This record gives sequence, structure tokens and C-alpha cells, in this order.
Amino acid sequence: MFDSLKERFENIFANLRGKGKLTEEDINIALREVRRALLEADVNFKVVKDVVEAIRTRATGRQVVESVTPSQLIFTIVYEELVRIMGDAPVPLAVSPKPPTVYMMVGLQGSGKTTTSVKIARRMLKGHKPLVVACDLRRPAAVDQLRVLAEKAGVPFFGPEPGERDAVAVAKKSRAFAESRLCDLIILDTAGRLQLDDELMCELEEMKSASEPTEILLVVDSMTGQEAVNVADAFNKRLGLTGVVLTKLDGDARGGPALAVRAAAGVPIKLAGCGEKTEDLELFDARRMAQRIIGMGDMEGLIEKV
Amino acid sequence: NKWTQSVSNIFSDDPVTDDFWDELEESLILGDVGVDTTEELITELKRIMVERRITKRGELKAEFAGLLVSRLEAVPKMGAPLDLSAKPSVIIMIGVNGSGKTTTSGKLASQLKGEGKRVIMAAADTFRAAAIEQLKAWGGRAGVRVVAQAPESDPAAVVYDSIMAAKASGADVIIADTAGRLHTKSNLMEELSKIARVIKREIPEGPAEVLIVLDAVTGQNGFIQAETFAKAMPVTGVVLTKFDNTSKGGIVIAIADRLKMPIRYVGLGEGVDDLQLFEPKTFVETLLDVRDAE
Ligand SMILES: Nc1nc2c(ncn2[C@@H]2O[C@H](COP(=O)(O)OP(=O)(O)OP(=O)(O)O)[C@@H](O)[C@H]2O)c(=O)[nH]1
Ligand SMILES: Nc1nc2c(ncn2[C@@H]2O[C@H](COP(=O)(O)OP(=O)(O)OP(=O)(O)O)[C@@H](O)[C@H]2O)c(=O)[nH]1
Ligand SMILES: [Mg+2]
Ligand SMILES: [Mg+2]
Repeated sequence: MFDSLKERFENIFANLRGKGKLTEEDINIALREVRRALLEADVNFKVVKDVVEAIRTRATGRQVVESVTPSQLIFTIVYEELVRIMGDAPVPLAVSPKPPTVYMMVGLQGSGKTTTSVKIARRMLKGHKPLVVACDLRRPAAVDQLRVLAEKAGVPFFGPEPGERDAVAVAKKSRAFAESRLCDLIILDTAGRLQLDDELMCELEEMKSASEPTEILLVVDSMTGQEAVNVADAFNKRLGLTGVVLTKLDGDARGGPALAVRAAAGVPIKLAGCGEKTEDLELFDARRMAQRIIGMGDMEGLIEKV
Repeated sequence: NKWTQSVSNIFSDDPVTDDFWDELEESLILGDVGVDTTEELITELKRIMVERRITKRGELKAEFAGLLVSRLEAVPKMGAPLDLSAKPSVIIMIGVNGSGKTTTSGKLASQLKGEGKRVIMAAADTFRAAAIEQLKAWGGRAGVRVVAQAPESDPAAVVYDSIMAAKASGADVIIADTAGRLHTKSNLMEELSKIARVIKREIPEGPAEVLIVLDAVTGQNGFIQAETFAKAMPVTGVVLTKFDNTSKGGIVIAIADRLKMPIRYVGLGEGVDDLQLFEPKTFVETLLDVRDAE
């Protein structure tokens, strides 16, 4: 259904010669397509507006050199802008100088918090002794899910006593348990919640002040639409996020939320989930993400020429 | 909220200008309706405006709501209760990871049981950690029996077992919860086709309902999801979950309009009673952020 931006550009510029200055008309036509492609990739409406204006500024009056077409020139500018917004270099997870390091996983229902908790633990097995903690006492079998995943991945697990209803208490108790097992990294898996659920957002605030997390990571499903901005903004305002994990990138969603959460919360996207297994976790790569959003490979070669 | 603008302002007493169309476009796109469908709807509303000689924004409100509702209602079975005339009737829940299949299975089981039906749930998600326990917990809440096998067993075999159990005990309805899967994974989509074949062998009419479960927060990928799942199984409807979020679920307009798939239910929370039949009018009012659109 969605043609890539590249195909669209090639169609528009089919009759244009690759020489001289870009006219205002050329740029307008191109930007209309850029706007459409970004919206279809679920980039937030407001972000799209800003990106398009930034591109207009950069493209206006640009000389087109011999070796590239106008389409390639604008394309490169689009790509560079996207990378700029998402942040150029990957940002690693922080480790506290004073152990234990604590990570708190937060996000909407079903975004991938539980799975990602174990993925991160598994990744940190090199050099650390992580503990995953079940602080979702609401969703049926959420504790079991974390326990089973942790067992399979060979990661220590801490959960509530039968009948325990206070997630903050579990988070607190996990500290002593971690100490007794010589675990230096605690990963708190929390229950999914809507950003507008005041009661549950309060629970996270309490958990934050009780466990002083090194990282508070928002887990965002890459299939999310325009709402991603509001989610990131609201979680950030309440909790002060330190990073984002984008999940389910093994599908074919273009991944516009990557731009949105970055623009809304200003925190880096640190990791990318790319499968259901606990080894399916990668460092977030803004360049690959930008290529995915506009739907084409190898931009780096082109950039050299432009 | 600084990102979303209040849409009720759009339909003010002011005259219709270019700004009006820009604002309407923005609100639809922010609701995840998608660019193509948004453009189509705006063209259609412009036509209506000329035809009815409308000059004020406010007068377009009812017209637009009516236009959306009629497009939705043009799809057969929009908001219709499930067709459970066969005995037993098999309902299958399908969809991508984390959309709300298991929760919706539990809510639906409870609702149907409340209507006096004898219900069995089939734990056909044998893949995800503790998916079986999760469904069993819902079975406990709803007071409904859950047919299950060990983790990693064949989902089609679980569905087969549940049909045998239903036939033996005279149950009316089977609700099969399946594992979440991304529509891009062809081996997992083939697994769904296999489940469909097993059902057809035992019940020649096939599954009574195949419901694709879609998170209201989903963007444009939702359209491709619906289209691809329909190739593996004859989808009979969409369940829009997590509609208690502020997201508008506008993607279902494109799904309804272009794929002709009816939306049957909406999920409005995590509780056992938070499931309602889909009402086009309520949906449109939420999408446009306007109350009492006549
Ligand atoms: N394909 C794919 N599936 C994923 C990925 N991450 C998580 N999932 C799946 O998404 C679904 C939801 O993941 P969970 O980890 O249970 O999500 P959660 O945020 O803990 O959910 P709640 O606790 O119910 O709010 C499960 O089926 C996971 O297997 C990913 O990167 N790719
Ligand atoms: N707020 C809200 N949460 C919901 C709704 N429906 C489901 N959820 C939550 O969404 C999360 C995922 O729901 P599940 O039923 O586990 O989703 P699933 O599709 O079975 O997930 P997988 O089997 O992992 O693919 C859980 O935390 C549910 O409690 C709803 O209508 N509103
Ligand atoms: Mg969870
Ligand atoms: Mg499930």
C-alpha cells in the first residue's frame, strides 16, 4: 500500500534534469511527498511540519551538482534531518557508580515491558549479575510470565509473596534480595498503564522515589500511531524518563514513533526490540531507522556525493 | 495538551475558510485515520458543502459526523453481535503481539456466559511464557472451563481438543485464544491456516467468527495487519481494544472503508466487564472530539 518515498520521488522527478538550482516549485512538489510519506510512516503531525520546514530551508537555493539528481539531493537532506532528530550516536544504558544499578521499565499495556526486562538482563549478563523483579501485580499471570522468561534466560528472579498487592513494597524488598544474591543490577518490570491513569502513574512515582532508578525506560511499540507523542510526553512529565526502548521492529511498521518520542520527551532511544525471544535486542541505530522510515537502503554512499 | 488541538473549536460559528480544512485534516490525521482516507473524506465533505450551500463551520459538523457514520454503517455487520447459531460455534482471536487477545477472550467468555451460553475457552497460545496461566486466570474470573495442553504443544491440537470437549459436553461456544504474531512472519501465519483447516474438518461451516484484535493506539500499520491476517483466515470482524486510551483508533475507518471489515466490539479497560458492542456514532464523536454531534 505504501510506496517508498524513493519510488515517489523518482516518479515526480522523472522529467527533471539533474542540473542547476532547485526551483521553489520543485521543492514544493517534493516536500508534499515528503510530508505524505512521513505521515504514512506514523511520524507525528507536528513533527512532520517541523521537519518539512527544516528541509525547505536547507533545500532552497541549493545548487544541484553534476553527479546527483534533484531527487537525490532532497532525499539526502530528508535523511540527514531524520538522523539529526533521532540522535546521531547510540547511547548506552547507564550503570550506577554505586551499586546496585536500578532500571525501571514503564509503558502502555502490551508494549513489551516484561519481555524487554529479561532481554536487557540477558544482555547485561556480561559483566553484571542482574535480577529481574515482578512489580506487575495486576495483570493475570504477569508474575509467572517474568519468572518463566527469567528461568529460561538463566537470570535470577524476585517476585511478590502470595497475596502481596503493593508493587512499591516488592520493589523495595528486591534490594535486600539483590544484596543477598550479590546482584548488582535490578530491573523492575511494572504493570502496563495508560498515561492518563492518575492512580497508576502515582504508583510509579512512589516506586521511583523508593528505588532511585538509574534509568527509567519507556517501552514503546513501533506500531504505535500519532498517540506516541502524548504517551512519551506524559510519562516523561511524571517520571523524568532517561531513555526509550522501541519494540516489535521485526514487523513492517515504518517506525515513525521513533521520531515522535524523541521530539516529545527529548530522551534518547537506547535499544530496539526485534523479536519475541530474549536474545532479540539491539542497540538503537538512528541511521537504519531513518532509512526504514523513508523506505530505502544505503544512504551513506549517496551522502558522499551530495 | 499542546499537541492535540481541541477539535470542537473547528466546528464553530465562523465561516468555512481554508483554515477550516487544514484544521479538520490535522485532527483526522492525529486520530490515525491516515492521509488517503482523510483526503477522501475531505473531498466528500467539500462536495456536500457546495451541494447544500453551507457557509458556516458549525453547519458542517452534523454533515461530517453523518458522513463518517454512514460510511461505517455501509459495511455489513458493523457493530453487530456475534453470530453464534452453529453448535458449537468457534470464535478465534487473532492479532499482533500484545494487542489484547487473551483479555478480550476472557471478557467475551464472561459476557456470553452471562447471556446463558455454555462457553469453553481454548488455550491455543502455547508459545508465549505463561499465556496458558493468563487465560486460565480469566477462565476463573469468568467461571468458564479452559481446555489446555502443555506449553509448546501444537495449537491446532488444542483447538481440536476443545471442539471434542464442546461436543461431548454440549457446549455452545468455543473461544480460542491464539498467540500474538506479526503478520510478516509467514510460518506463523501458516499456523493460523492450519488451525482453520482443523476446525473445518470438525465443523464444516468453519469458525463462526474470526476476530482480529487491534490496539486503538495502532497507526497505519494496522491496515496492513488487517489485510494480511485476512489472507490467512476469513476475518469476520475487528475488536478495537484499549479504547479507554486518548488515542482515537482512526485506523479502523480505513479498515472499514477500504477492506470492508466491520468493527464488532471495543475494549474499554482491563476489567471483566470492559467490553462493549461497537457503536459507530459514539466512535465518531470520540474521533472528532465532539459530543452530541446530531
Ligand atoms: N515480535 C515481537 N514481539 C515482541 C517484542 N517484544 C515483545 N513482544 C511480544 O509482545 C507481547 C507483549 O509483550 P510483554 O512483554 O508481555 O508486554 P508488556 O508491556 O509487559 O505487557 P503488559 O504487562 O500486559 O502491559 C508478547 O507477545 C511478547 O512476546 C518484539 O520485539 N518483537
Ligand atoms: N486499558 C486497557 N488495557 C487492555 C485492554 N485490553 C487489554 N488490555 C491490556 O493489554 C495488555 C495486553 O493484553 P493481552 O490480552 O495479554 O494481549 P494479547 O494480545 O493476548 O498479547 P499476546 O498474547 O502477548 O500477543 C494487558 O496488560 C491487558 O490488561 C483494554 O481494553 N483497555
Ligand atoms: Mg508485562
Ligand atoms: Mg495472549
